[in-house]
Amino acid sequence: MPEEMAVMECRGVTKYYGRRCALEDVNLNLESGKIVGLLGPNGSGKTTLIKLLNGLLVPYAGELFICGEPVGQKTKSLVSYLPDADYLPNWMDLHQLVSLFAGFFRDFDENRAAAMFSNLGLDPRQQLKTLSKGNREKVQLVLAMSRRARLYLLDEPIGGVDPAARDYILRTIIQNYEPDATVVISTHLIADVESVLDDVIFLRQGHVVLHKPSDQVREEYGKSVDAVFREVFAC
Amino acid sequence: MGWQFDGQRPIYAQLLEGLELRILSGMYPPGSRLASVRELAAEAAVNPNTMQRALAELERGGLVRTHRTNGRFVTDDEARIRQARESIAREKLERFLEEMRRLGVTREELRGYWKEKEGEQHA
Repeated sequence: MPEEMAVMECRGVTKYYGRRCALEDVNLNLESGKIVGLLGPNGSGKTTLIKLLNGLLVPYAGELFICGEPVGQKTKSLVSYLPDADYLPNWMDLHQLVSLFAGFFRDFDENRAAAMFSNLGLDPRQQLKTLSKGNREKVQLVLAMSRRARLYLLDEPIGGVDPAARDYILRTIIQNYEPDATVVISTHLIADVESVLDDVIFLRQGHVVLHKPSDQVREEYGKSVDAVFREVFAC
Repeated sequence: MGWQFDGQRPIYAQLLEGLELRILSGMYPPGSRLASVRELAAEAAVNPNTMQRALAELERGGLVRTHRTNGRFVTDDEARIRQARESIAREKLERFLEEMRRLGVTREELRGYWKEKEGEQHA
């Protein structure tokens, strides 16, 4: 096996929903230790790709690997996933959620979760259903970032929180991912995340149209990633 | 001093300038220990790899040095810091004078403005 194994690899990945093509012949290779922005307009295939990497969807053609393992039962322990929807039992309090996650995932760090909850001003005795949408998102993020995973897949982690909390959430991500892990952040709020990204991937109608270091994008175009995105995806 | 980034230039280059400014202005005093890459990155809300790159560049320039076990320190060579500050100040002055030339402001006028400004500050 090669020494510099990709944390995530897609080879010729294609996915159809009925007759509609969601992803077509996607080839991607992500190194370890990177924060990668998966950027694209609504319906470009971001969530589909993330679900394929989780094994929640099966590709029509092509192969996906996490740390050299084909996506499947084995790779679930390597991947920490933040879905774009509420999925937690909302009658539980934060303390119970932590126990639930600690029971599911051997790499879950309860101390880290407790520290993040307190930094974000979340009371562990609060029930999930009593929290605002933004605060529920923070809880999901804390749970996802408390694992010591190799690949973090964060689907729209800042969509529902106010701009002041976005910086805080990005800081939480920066300070808590494992140095040799890779973090994929899918979003269309590019201006808010671009300073934390190593690399950016632009998805358009199921195709990768750009995959480059974000500072290289800024240098080549003389513009922010956000401005380049608006140009590439102008309607 | 917070961190603000403009859109046009690489974040790494802007971090490098910002860190340099903090050292030359004495906000990070000579010989002082820098926070860890992660802490600095979190403070600026940037990627740790980008911060690392900026710090490595500072080290090449001699303003920062690494102790193998102890982390990173601002150089204690104060002459080196003064020299770097002076060269940046001269460069900025050069640019300012060029702008004044383009605006058609003469040396005489400029000297007048300058005296006025100094008077204000002493008043």
